[in-house]
Amino acid sequence: MENRTKNLRASLPPWLKRFLLWLLPLSFLTISFFFPLSKILALTFNVNTLTTDNLQLAFRVLAFTFYQATLSTFLTLLLGLPSAYLLARYDFHGKAFLRALTAVPFMLPTVVVASSFSAIFGARGLFSLLFPFLPESSIFHPSPFTLILLAHVFYNTTIIIRVVGNALSSLDPKIEQAARSLGADSFRLWWNILLPVLRPSILAASLLVFLFDFTSFGVILLLGESRFSTLEVEIYLRVLKLPNLSLAALLSVIQLFCTLIFSILYARFASRSTIQVSPRSSKSNIRKPKTLREKIFVATFIFLLSSFFLLPLSALPFRSLFRLEADRGQRGEVQYGFTTDYYTELFVNRRGSVFYVPPVQAALNSLGYAAATVALSLLFGFPAALALAKPTRLEKILDPLIMLPLGSSAVMLGLGFIISFGVWLASPLLVPFAHTLVALPFVIRTLQPALASIPQRLRQAASTLGASPFEVWKNIDLPILRRATIAAGTFAFTISLGEFGATLLISRPEHPTIPVAIERFLSQPGGLNYGQAMAMATILMALTIGSILLIEKFRLPNSGEF
Amino acid sequence: MLEVRNIFKAYEGKPILKDISFSVGAGETVCLLGASGSGKSTLLRIIAGLESPDSGLVLFSGLDLSNTAPHLRDFGLVFQDYALFPHLNVYDNVAFGLKMRRVDQDQISQRVVNALELVNLSGFDGRQVTDLSGGEQQRVALARALAPRPRLLMFDEPLGALDRALREDLLNELRSILHQTNIPAIYVTHDQEEAFTVADRVLILHNAGIVRAGAPAEVWAMPESAFVAQFLGLGNVIEGEVSGQQKDNEWTVQSSVGVFDVRCAHKHQMGDKVHLLARPLSAGNDHAAKSSEGESSRNVLHGVVSDVIFQQERFKVILENGLYVYLNEAPGVGEKISVPIKVECLA
Repeated sequence: MENRTKNLRASLPPWLKRFLLWLLPLSFLTISFFFPLSKILALTFNVNTLTTDNLQLAFRVLAFTFYQATLSTFLTLLLGLPSAYLLARYDFHGKAFLRALTAVPFMLPTVVVASSFSAIFGARGLFSLLFPFLPESSIFHPSPFTLILLAHVFYNTTIIIRVVGNALSSLDPKIEQAARSLGADSFRLWWNILLPVLRPSILAASLLVFLFDFTSFGVILLLGESRFSTLEVEIYLRVLKLPNLSLAALLSVIQLFCTLIFSILYARFASRSTIQVSPRSSKSNIRKPKTLREKIFVATFIFLLSSFFLLPLSALPFRSLFRLEADRGQRGEVQYGFTTDYYTELFVNRRGSVFYVPPVQAALNSLGYAAATVALSLLFGFPAALALAKPTRLEKILDPLIMLPLGSSAVMLGLGFIISFGVWLASPLLVPFAHTLVALPFVIRTLQPALASIPQRLRQAASTLGASPFEVWKNIDLPILRRATIAAGTFAFTISLGEFGATLLISRPEHPTIPVAIERFLSQPGGLNYGQAMAMATILMALTIGSILLIEKFRLPNSGEF
Repeated sequence: MLEVRNIFKAYEGKPILKDISFSVGAGETVCLLGASGSGKSTLLRIIAGLESPDSGLVLFSGLDLSNTAPHLRDFGLVFQDYALFPHLNVYDNVAFGLKMRRVDQDQISQRVVNALELVNLSGFDGRQVTDLSGGEQQRVALARALAPRPRLLMFDEPLGALDRALREDLLNELRSILHQTNIPAIYVTHDQEEAFTVADRVLILHNAGIVRAGAPAEVWAMPESAFVAQFLGLGNVIEGEVSGQQKDNEWTVQSSVGVFDVRCAHKHQMGDKVHLLARPLSAGNDHAAKSSEGESSRNVLHGVVSDVIFQQERFKVILENGLYVYLNEAPGVGEKISVPIKVECLA
């Protein structure tokens, strides 16, 4: 009898195997993505929604979103291009560290980045409170809008460094030498030679940066103090603060449409930027700075980059350990200086605090949600990755489809959940499903190359040695995939920990996550609330950096980028 | 033991295997010999159960295996690229099949040691398979297939990835292992030398079918078709036309390189197209004639020398018409020669 069932499994027709593999992931996507998307579309294309007022507001918000994203991208290029050149061309001490340092923010949750910038430049940040004598308009007191732009630069410089830097390091240095010997100065070299040659990769990198700036939410909400309305922020406001779900739906459709266009453009530029002029090993391109000008350039940018990236990252833990302002309602002498109160307070359930539970509960919630997200995204991701590892015509169609949630913003996913599953909003179950939706593309993209790298012959060899399909999976696939699975799981874990947009919309006040708690602490007056935000952000940063290190350790060295 | 009955298999409408039937007896080694793409690997995978035929049966000891999953067939398979499990060491690779069969631990270690001894890898137990050379990896693969004592062993181009010297060594070892263990085996290769070394019986696959089957010496002596003669590199295949009958089964064949009297197994009509095989070693050296005999004389190969290659005891003489013979004395390039030669009739 047992043999019969085994035989049946082994002799399933291929189409049925494919069907079974896709059953779970596609059902999940249909229910949690395509169904809400259809609801949003239905709500949008409706006479009551498409009014002049709504469209005017949408246009105004869209225009501002474009404006801030363009400005952010331009500033990112300004810092990113010379940095890319520095890292691609020059050899100096601490280069690996500097490269890693610039890459860290990209992987940090938005609330952590926002908190970091707040901790150093914000109205309650180190500069303001430690040096109150500094003039109001100096660079130590940037306006909220400047702060947003800076945070975007902080986030995305690594994209320019990576994409343009790769193109640069595979470019023949003789091109530069030839231009120099023909009398080109630095400006001419860049303007007439390097920029035109690097244009495809610069365009691709810029579009990617633009895409991230365009969909930025946490940074703008937290640093902009709700004064700056981008599409994302406006959707959030229209869901929670000034409820108008149909307007929110309209905005999110515009948002999705824009990101899709940018993604398509990016894919086109990216494919073009990989065709390189006489690619060569990058080793021979790297040199030590020799002339005085080179030395000045290298020293300036090392200083600029390391301070720009180290200051916010170190200000956050620092600020979480120092009392610099009075707590809310606190009278009399305030003890300024070192304190661990902000951490110990996390375990106390205070009346008058923003929660009904001790704040540490938010951390426990986050960990629980993250664990559930890991389980769910592996459950849905494994079969999908398995099917994608041996693509047929079906998978060529499904592949972009399952990546689609990447293109839609987190706030939109949250909106979709609210519209579609309003009845279940009271249940904490929705949150891990939303997080899984965000994490799934990353999980699949991590597992897929590892699965594809297992030769079919290994499974066949095991099978002829007497291993049943289950034993093949247990003894061959699983051990070989262990590393990739750990990496994928950690990805899901990290994404869930840091997820802000969707969670803010669908989480219940009594079940906050760390990012939601940080947002609420930041929006409250008083030194204690602010300090606790810093403390939680520091914890989140530590957790995330730990996870990143784990992913880097276990990821296949040559697995694809996203 | 193993019987393959009327197997058909097509990929995207293109037939790969057409009506393949053969059997492998107890302790027998059968070699499937064919050019790449001749469907021999597919046939092996069908026997292993890794693919299913469009129609036809695979039987073992008279039992139909159509509904037996690969892991329940108890057939060992050795792959060309070894397919060793990269995450397991040598010991665990070899022990894999035994573990799957739930053999108890003591016996496993005993049998792993024996299997490694058989392939001359004693003491390699703890090594990582990724650290081994190609030849060593193939030995591990062989030990892995042998350890569970399968009822049939299959080899899919097992030596294809190895260099020549190593290949010969391993081939001889393999031959003696197969004799020692007495396990029936199917050996797939495109290399005729390999096939003739290990096989008790050779099956030559061409155009999705078996074109010749028999013991190596038998196939060598009687290729029976132009394709087999050419594929085995037996010598010059000459196309001609029957122009007369000498005796009951002896015919005169006219060709562009000479007129030949040949004994044929089949009846022919005047004007029939036939293929003849002229083995280069059968060239008559005594007469290594320098174009003296007339063009009209029979059983003589005519041609202009285009190249002469020294090969130790003799010279390989290549003619401009593409034919070649072995001669003891070297003619000059460009010289017109006529060489008496014995020809055989191919179908």
